[in-house]
Amino acid sequence: MLTVTDLNVWFGYPPDRVDAVKAASFTVAQGESFGLVGESGSGKSTILRAITGLIDTWSGQIEVAGQAVAGRKRDRAFHKTVQMVFQDPYASLHPRHSVDRVLSETLKLQGMDDIDGRISRLLNDVGLGKGFRFRYPHQLSGGQRQRVAIARALAAEPKLLLLDEPTSALDVSVQAEILNLLTDLRAEHGLTYVMVSHDLAVVGHMCDRLAVMRGGRIEEIMTVDQLRHAGATQDYTRHLIAASAGYERS
Amino acid sequence: MTTALLSVQNLRVTFPTRQGAFQAVRGVSFDLGRERLGVVGESGSGKSMTGRAILGLVRPPGRVTADRLTLGDQSILNLPERQMRAIRGNRISMVMQDPKFSLNPVMRIGDQIIEAYRLHAGGGRDAARQKALDMLRAVQIRDPERVMGAYPHEVSGGMGQRIMIAMMLAPDPEILIADEPTSALDVSVRTEVLNIMDGLVRDRGMGLIFISHDLNLVAQFCDRVLIMYAGRVVETLAAKDLHNARHPYTQGLLNSLPRLDHPVERLAVLQRQDSWRDVPLQTDLPGGL
Ligand SMILES: Nc1ncnc2c1ncn2[C@@H]1O[C@H](COP(=O)(O)OP(=O)(O)OP(=O)(O)O)[C@@H](O)[C@H]1O
Ligand SMILES: Nc1ncnc2c1ncn2[C@@H]1O[C@H](COP(=O)(O)OP(=O)(O)OP(=O)(O)O)[C@@H](O)[C@H]1O
Ligand SMILES: [Mg+2]
Ligand SMILES: [Mg+2]
Repeated sequence: MLTVTDLNVWFGYPPDRVDAVKAASFTVAQGESFGLVGESGSGKSTILRAITGLIDTWSGQIEVAGQAVAGRKRDRAFHKTVQMVFQDPYASLHPRHSVDRVLSETLKLQGMDDIDGRISRLLNDVGLGKGFRFRYPHQLSGGQRQRVAIARALAAEPKLLLLDEPTSALDVSVQAEILNLLTDLRAEHGLTYVMVSHDLAVVGHMCDRLAVMRGGRIEEIMTVDQLRHAGATQDYTRHLIAASAGYERS
Repeated sequence: MTTALLSVQNLRVTFPTRQGAFQAVRGVSFDLGRERLGVVGESGSGKSMTGRAILGLVRPPGRVTADRLTLGDQSILNLPERQMRAIRGNRISMVMQDPKFSLNPVMRIGDQIIEAYRLHAGGGRDAARQKALDMLRAVQIRDPERVMGAYPHEVSGGMGQRIMIAMMLAPDPEILIADEPTSALDVSVRTEVLNIMDGLVRDRGMGLIFISHDLNLVAQFCDRVLIMYAGRVVETLAAKDLHNARHPYTQGLLNSLPRLDHPVERLAVLQRQDSWRDVPLQTDLPGGL
């Protein structure tokens, strides 16, 4: 479903050039759920942004559903296939567009029927009642905004969902509802997920395999089984897993 | 806890909506000492709004009322904006939930930190610049020189959080309200950032309000925890007792956590009860309210 080969992403020009992603390669099969974890600032969001066509300074190959993409150009069929939930829902929601408008525009763009019924179902799916339909982003809590962003991505009924910390602003009960929803959608429609999360337990629950990133590079690709049973081969991964056991006051 | 740094009694935040007045915060009370006070709760339960209300940041038409809202012995309820500004970012700082959105998008990050620092400590630009670099290093920013010259949209989500923390700690506040300050950080960077906050509480007696969804972290890092549901505090616990919570909402939260060592097909979800909105508070702790 997704093949990334030798991906390099950079910003700016020398001497200020930032090499955010260096020679990253991974593949995600149709119906698979793939995790991206690692250091803050290691290039996880940048990989997802390059795939969706938000960055043009990259080299390497990106193939989605067998189609190679180039630069920032993506056609309508691409956005029917691929949707992304951004790490920063505030920045990705237009401040003057109500929830209703955000969802109906996506639905219309994809040529969907029964817009009204679909909006109600989507809001219900992400645990937001009717009362939220005509709210604006500034009238929502952080987690409510994140759920609107998830509803918008699901509205297009994509085949591949790129999820950047999709539940980091949610309390764990709402997180459980959203993760169960994603599990159901994957089972029913064979969706494919790439999910960035700093929470190894969430990745363990949702994913089959994961890549561990640090300093722009993929340090290691492993199965969740290895993650659970101390199967990491790289020091950094071991360190990450050990640290996730919790915080100890010094 | 001897003297409270901050005392909140019956705090309410109300918004007019099409369906009538909506109370986002419905009578929250607590005292904050020189401690790490965790706040956990349902998405939309009023955690951020409580923080904003303390700092006078609730935007109209929202209205804030309270029986008491005092910083030391000064009332700070609905102070005129000019007086509030002297308190905000000086005596009380807040790390917002959307840090990148709260930074000035058209100003370089270094200039923003330098300005925050000089506003408080005065002094020359060079000294402030050095201080800013030190603080970025302290929050584990790998290349502080570059980040000083970058704009907010040029840093990652977790870097934005750390920059905001560095900036809010610059004025050496008496109280820090941190709204999900580490939600985008990997665990090893997170530990370093928490150590900084922990040190400020321990060594300088800062009061910390730590809003978080991470139950295990709150249980380990904080002293006390308030559990919020639908605009109220429904339970107050010593952090180390969080795993023995009595309120069904808190218990439900603990059950819905995914665990690496205990895989399940589906996560348990809550059956929310209307009665939870209005259950009486559980006061296990003296001064806990
Ligand atoms: N538009 C940009 N201009 C310059 N540098 C950028 C830009 N966008 C990202 N970067 C840099 O690229 C690097 C990787 O950022 P990215 O957002 O991909 O990290 P991340 O792994 O998602 O981190 P986090 O977990 O903190 O969100 C960072 O050093 C960041 O400063
Ligand atoms: N301008 C507004 N008008 C009406 N309701 C509002 C407005 N702003 C916020 N609210 C509501 O107030 C409630 C409390 O919001 P708050 O941001 O404090 O939640 P929170 O506990 O921080 O949640 P989260 O964990 O999702 O960030 C939410 O239900 C939100 O929808
Ligand atoms: Mg990111
Ligand atoms: Mg909030």
